[in-house]
Amino acid sequence: MPFTVPKERWTAEVQTTTIGATEADGGTRTSTVTIGGDQSLPFLHFEGRTPYRPVIALEVLDEAPTQWPDALAEHYRDVWDDPAAWAQKAVDEFGADLICLRLVSADPQGTDASADDCAATITSVLEAVGVPLIIWGCGDDDKDNAIMPFCSQAAAGERVVLGAATEDNYKTICASALADGHLIINQSPLDINIQKQVSILVTDMGMSTDNIILYQTTGGLGYGVEYAYSIIERTRLAALGGDKMLQMPMLSIVGSEAWRVKEAWQSEEEAPEWGPLEKRGIIWEAATATFFLHAGSHLLVMWHPEAVNHVRQHIDELLAGQQT
Amino acid sequence: MALTAMDIYKNLPKTNCGECGVPTCLAFAMKLAQGQASLDQCPHVTEEAAAALAGSSAPPMKTVTIGTGDHALEIGGQTVLFRHEETFYHPCGVAIQVNTSLPEGEMTERIKTACEMEFDRVGMTFGLDLIALYDDDGRLPEVAAVAAEESSLPLMLMSDDPQAMRGALEVCAEGRPLICAATADNFEEMTSLAKEFECPLVIRGEGMEQLYELSEKAIEAGIEDLVLDSSAREPSAVLQDQTIIRRAAIKEKAEPFGFPTIGFVGGDDEVDKVISGCELIAKYPGIVVTDLITRDALLALVTARLNIYTDPQKPIQVESGAYEVGEPDASSPVLITTNFSLTYYTVEADASAGNLDAWIVVVDTEGTSVLTAWAAEDFTAETIAKTIKECGIEEKVEKKIAVLPGGVAVLSGDLEQESGWNVVVGPRESAGIPTFFKTEYEQRIADFN
Ligand code: B12
Ligand code: SF4
Repeated sequence: MPFTVPKERWTAEVQTTTIGATEADGGTRTSTVTIGGDQSLPFLHFEGRTPYRPVIALEVLDEAPTQWPDALAEHYRDVWDDPAAWAQKAVDEFGADLICLRLVSADPQGTDASADDCAATITSVLEAVGVPLIIWGCGDDDKDNAIMPFCSQAAAGERVVLGAATEDNYKTICASALADGHLIINQSPLDINIQKQVSILVTDMGMSTDNIILYQTTGGLGYGVEYAYSIIERTRLAALGGDKMLQMPMLSIVGSEAWRVKEAWQSEEEAPEWGPLEKRGIIWEAATATFFLHAGSHLLVMWHPEAVNHVRQHIDELLAGQQT
Repeated sequence: MALTAMDIYKNLPKTNCGECGVPTCLAFAMKLAQGQASLDQCPHVTEEAAAALAGSSAPPMKTVTIGTGDHALEIGGQTVLFRHEETFYHPCGVAIQVNTSLPEGEMTERIKTACEMEFDRVGMTFGLDLIALYDDDGRLPEVAAVAAEESSLPLMLMSDDPQAMRGALEVCAEGRPLICAATADNFEEMTSLAKEFECPLVIRGEGMEQLYELSEKAIEAGIEDLVLDSSAREPSAVLQDQTIIRRAAIKEKAEPFGFPTIGFVGGDDEVDKVISGCELIAKYPGIVVTDLITRDALLALVTARLNIYTDPQKPIQVESGAYEVGEPDASSPVLITTNFSLTYYTVEADASAGNLDAWIVVVDTEGTSVLTAWAAEDFTAETIAKTIKECGIEEKVEKKIAVLPGGVAVLSGDLEQESGWNVVVGPRESAGIPTFFKTEYEQRIADFN
C-alpha cells in the first residue's frame, strides 16, 4: 500500500483579530497586531495556513515589583518606577509586539490607586509607545469594575484589549469595551465549557467575535502546564471543528506563571540538586512558552528578555516550513 | 487502514446469536470498530474472517523495549494523538549523546554523570534513560565495550556503518541496545544485524515515503521492534513528520508507521535545546536524543516529560493522613494542605528547607491543589475538620493549632467552629513557611495559650 499523508478536513478556521488602531482607524498606534486565522493545528503547514505569526507581549506593572528574583529584576530595575519608561524599554530594547499593562496599584489590599491614577498611567503608556496595549485590572472584581470604565475611556479608539471578563463578572468590562471600541479577554479557569459560556454571555451583550481573545488561565512548567496545554489544544480543535464560541485567538500568561515555580528562582544553596540558577528561570519561561505555542496559543505574555528572544526564534523556525 | 463497522460486519456470521454479549452482529461490529470489544468475544467467527480482521484489533502502535533488566526502557504503545483523549503511555526516553571521539576520561565521566543523574519531583525520582553512542570517528566497537562496562543505562548505537555496528554488537548485544540506523544504503546489512543479535532497530528514511517503504520491508523481513526516523531535523519539519507518523499510526492504522519514533534535540545553546526538547516531548517521539548534560536544562526536560505524560484523568496524589517533617513532637505545629502530590511535596520541601519539625495534615481533595479544591468545595471547613478528627493528629499534639494555607484564609472562622481547633493563617506560598515560622508564628499563637 503506498503511503498517503493523512490530512484532516477541518470545517472552519480560527477567527482573525486585529489589536490596536492606527490613525487611519481612529487611534494613535504606529503598529497593529493581527493574530489568528489558522487553518490547521499549530504550524502544520501540510494541512493549512498559519497566516499570522504568534506574537509576544511584554508585561509592564504600574508599580515596582518587590519579589522579583535578581535574574529578572536586573533588566527592569532602571525603569520599573515608571510604567511609561518600562513600556518603552520593552518595545525599543526587547522588541515587544505589544505591551501588557497590569494595574496592580489598584489593588485595595495594596496601594488602592484611584481610577483617575490608573487612567493617567494608561495615557502615559499610550504616549510612550506606538504598539497596541493589553490592559489588565488588579484582579479584585469590585475594584476592577470601578476603574475599568475610566481606563477604557482613557484609551478610547485605540482598540486595546481589556482583561478580563469572567463567567461571574463580565458586564462592566464588556460594556466599557463596546462603548470605547476595544477588545476583551474572556477568562475561564481551565474549563472549556465555562470558556464557551463566557463567549456566549459577552456576545449576547453585543460583543462581536472578532473583538474577543480567549484566556483559559495558565500554569507554569511543573506547576500545571499540562492542564493549560490540553485546554488550549482542545480549544484549537473545537475552533477548527467549527465551534464559533471557541474560535477566537488565545492568549497565554507565561512570565508570571513560569517565575512562580520554585525551580525558576530558588538559589543553588537552597536547591543544589537543581543546578546553577543563572539560566534556570529563562529556561523555565522559554519551556512554558513552547508548550503553549505548540498547543495553539497566539499571544504570549512574557517577562524575561532573553526567554523572549529564544521563543521568537522558535516561532521563526516553526513558520519557516510554510511555503509563501 | 482502520476498518469501519461495516467492513467488520461483512466478516461476521450475521446470525445475531448474541453470545458476544451484544444483541446483534452489527452492534458487535460497531463496538469492535471503536476498540471497545475484541474479536475473540465472538465464538463463531471463521478463521478467514479472523485473519482479515486481525489488523483492526491489533494495538495501533507497538511497544518496543530497549535494554534489559531494571533499566530496560519501554517506549511506544500510544493510542491517542492528544493527551486529553486518554493519556500518553510510556513516557519518552531521554537519551544522552556521547561522541566516540571524546577522550576516554571525558567520555566515562559523561556516561557516569548521565547514569547517576536523578531528579526528585512530587515524591518520585526520575533519571535519564539511554546512553547514545555517536560514532564520529569509527571507534564505535571499542567505545561500546567501555560504555557497556560503565553504563547502567541501556545503550543506543549510532552509526551507519554495518561493519562498526557489528563490532559494537559483538561486545554489547546482550544488553539489547538500540541499533541506529538502517537506511536505504545499508538496509540489508543492518536488518540482518538486528535479526542476528535480536536488537531493536531504528529505520531512517529520507522523507516519509522512503521511511514508509523501508519500514514495510523491515516488517516483511520479520523485524518486530522498530523505531522510526524521518530524517527531519528542523523544528518545523520535525513537527510535521512526527505528527504525520503518529496520525497515520493511530487514525489509519498504517502498519509501517505503527512504531514509536525518535527525535533529535536541535539548537545552539542550552535554552534553544530545551525549547527543541519541549517540542519533541509534546509532539511525539518515544526517544528524545540530546547532548545536554547540565542539571538545570535536563531538570526542565524531565519535568516537561512528567507533565505531558501525566494521566489527565487522575492527578498524582498522596494518601490523606498525618505526615511528619523532621522530628515533630507534641508541641510541633500542624500544617494543613491537600493531597495533590505537587502541593504536598512543595509544602513538605519548604518546611524541610526551613528545618521545621512539623506535622502535615493532608486532606483528601481527590488530588487537587489548594485553590482548585477550594473552588470545587473539596477543601472546606468540613472536610478539613473531618480529616483532623480522623487522622489521629489530636492524639499527637497538645495544642490544637492548625496552620492554613494563606490562599484559603476565608476558611479560618468556619474551621475553628467546625473543628474546635485554633487556626492561624499562614503565607500564600509555602516558600514563605520558613520565614513565617522564624518571625511570626510564635507571636500569632501567643493569644491561644
Ligand atoms: C491546574 C489547575 C486546575 C486543574 C487541577 C489541577 C489539580 N490537580 O489541582 C484543573 C484543570 C482540573 C482545574 C479545575 C478547576 N479549577 Co483550577 N487551576 C489550576 C491552576 C492553573 C494551577 C493550580 C496548581 O496546580 N497550583 C500549584 C499548587 C502547588 O498550588 P497550591 O496547591 O495552591 O499550593 C501552593 C499554596 O497554596 C501554598 N500552600 C499549599 N499548602 C499549604 C499549606 C500551608 C500551611 C501553607 C502556609 C501554604 C500552603 O503553597 C503551595 C506552593 O506555593 C490554577 C491557576 C494558577 N495558575 O495557579 C487554577 C485555579 C486554582 N482553578 C480555579 C478554579 C475556579 C477551578 C475550577 C472550579 C473551574 C471549574 N469550574 O471547572 C475547577 C475545579 C475542579 C473540580 N471541579 O474538580 C481557580 C480558583 C479561583 C479561586 N481562587 O477561587 C484558579 C486559581 C484559576 C483562576 N484564576 O480562576 N484547575
Ligand atoms: S457472537 Fe458473533 S455471531 Fe453471535 S451475535 Fe455476536 S458477533 Fe454475531
